[in-house]
Amino acid sequence: MSILAYNGGCVVAMRGKDCVAIATDHRFGVQAQTISTDFKKVFHIAPRMFLGLTGLQTDILTVRDRLMFRKNIYETKENREMAPKPFSAMLSSFLYEHRFGPYFIEPVVAGLDPKTMKPFICNMDLIGCPNEPDDFVVAGTCAEQLYGMCETLWRPDLEPDQLFEVIAQSMVNAFDRDAMSGWGATVFIIEKDKITERSLKTRMD
Amino acid sequence: METLLGIKGPDFVMLAADTTHAHSVIVMKEDENKIHKVADNLLISTVGESGDTEQFTEFIAKNIALYKMRNGYDLSPRSAAHFTRKNLAESLRSRTRYQVFMFVAGYDPNEGPELTFIDYLASSKSLNYAGHGYGSMFCASIFDRYWHPNITQEEAYDVLKKCVLEIQKRLIVNLKNFSVAVVDKNGVRHLDQISAKSLVDYNAAA
Repeated sequence: MSILAYNGGCVVAMRGKDCVAIATDHRFGVQAQTISTDFKKVFHIAPRMFLGLTGLQTDILTVRDRLMFRKNIYETKENREMAPKPFSAMLSSFLYEHRFGPYFIEPVVAGLDPKTMKPFICNMDLIGCPNEPDDFVVAGTCAEQLYGMCETLWRPDLEPDQLFEVIAQSMVNAFDRDAMSGWGATVFIIEKDKITERSLKTRMD
Repeated sequence: METLLGIKGPDFVMLAADTTHAHSVIVMKEDENKIHKVADNLLISTVGESGDTEQFTEFIAKNIALYKMRNGYDLSPRSAAHFTRKNLAESLRSRTRYQVFMFVAGYDPNEGPELTFIDYLASSKSLNYAGHGYGSMFCASIFDRYWHPNITQEEAYDVLKKCVLEIQKRLIVNLKNFSVAVVDKNGVRHLDQISAKSLVDYNAAA
């Protein structure tokens, strides 16, 4: 089995009208055994930006810590907030630095540009090949199921509350067909004047 | 083969570890202590590749002692777990990696009790209860059934008894004795060992 599916877990992000949403499941396991049911894989890294990391848990923690360090250095040097686009570029080059001994993660970035407030979503493979679509991005052990759900439920220009419904249903119905993901979920809706965090109770089997 | 267990309560953390040291099919000794007192309010229990366990735990313990000498105060359990994980994660991508599984358990007057699960890949998670090794497979369901947020030290010790009983009943490997230690606001204490002998007339259903 792939090392990317050793600990399980999934993340999805979607674009809406002047808003973005990102969601994570709560499972942390070692292969089939569930160790914890409160491991969130999405991290709040700037006022309007979230980073989701799926894959090997040890690398999720390492990459999150090392990226926060680089982002803080950038913000101290430049004396301004880091926007999602340069953050993704930094993440991509960070991952490619380890081209021949990679961190086993699949990252997802979601946020609003601090100046223009334009929605931004992006995902990458483990060596940093970026992908910036204008609908949704998925990652994790149930990526295939997530693609299916997102493809059927997502439509352009969703309002924040509609977007929440779409991302929550996509997430829940995708990971309920995957033994390695699930055990509850958390959804973040990012708007220009507020961030809403909602916890979802789901099947626990 | 070896087994570690850990339970966190509202104001303490309790660890249990078997005392067997085996080399291939031979039991070398039956009184090995795998729960190390690292600071006044910090315990680390370790299993894994023998040699690595001693070397790595001692490396962490001495660096935490050095931190206290330099700064005049102890590293918090959360920070100690982060430090341990970071060193293990760095060694993971080196030519000589440490293959250790551990619990970092501590009590901090401000941050409260902390039980951190760390495996050989340096996966790390703060938990309420957990186990390492083959024995842990029989204990997950016992913990799920009997742990609650206001668990007392007596109840936690009893849960560990239930776990040891199940391990000795179901696991093919013979793990005779389990040493038990607790860390709380009064520091570190070793409790009575749980052994086959001490469980002779123990009623798990009561």
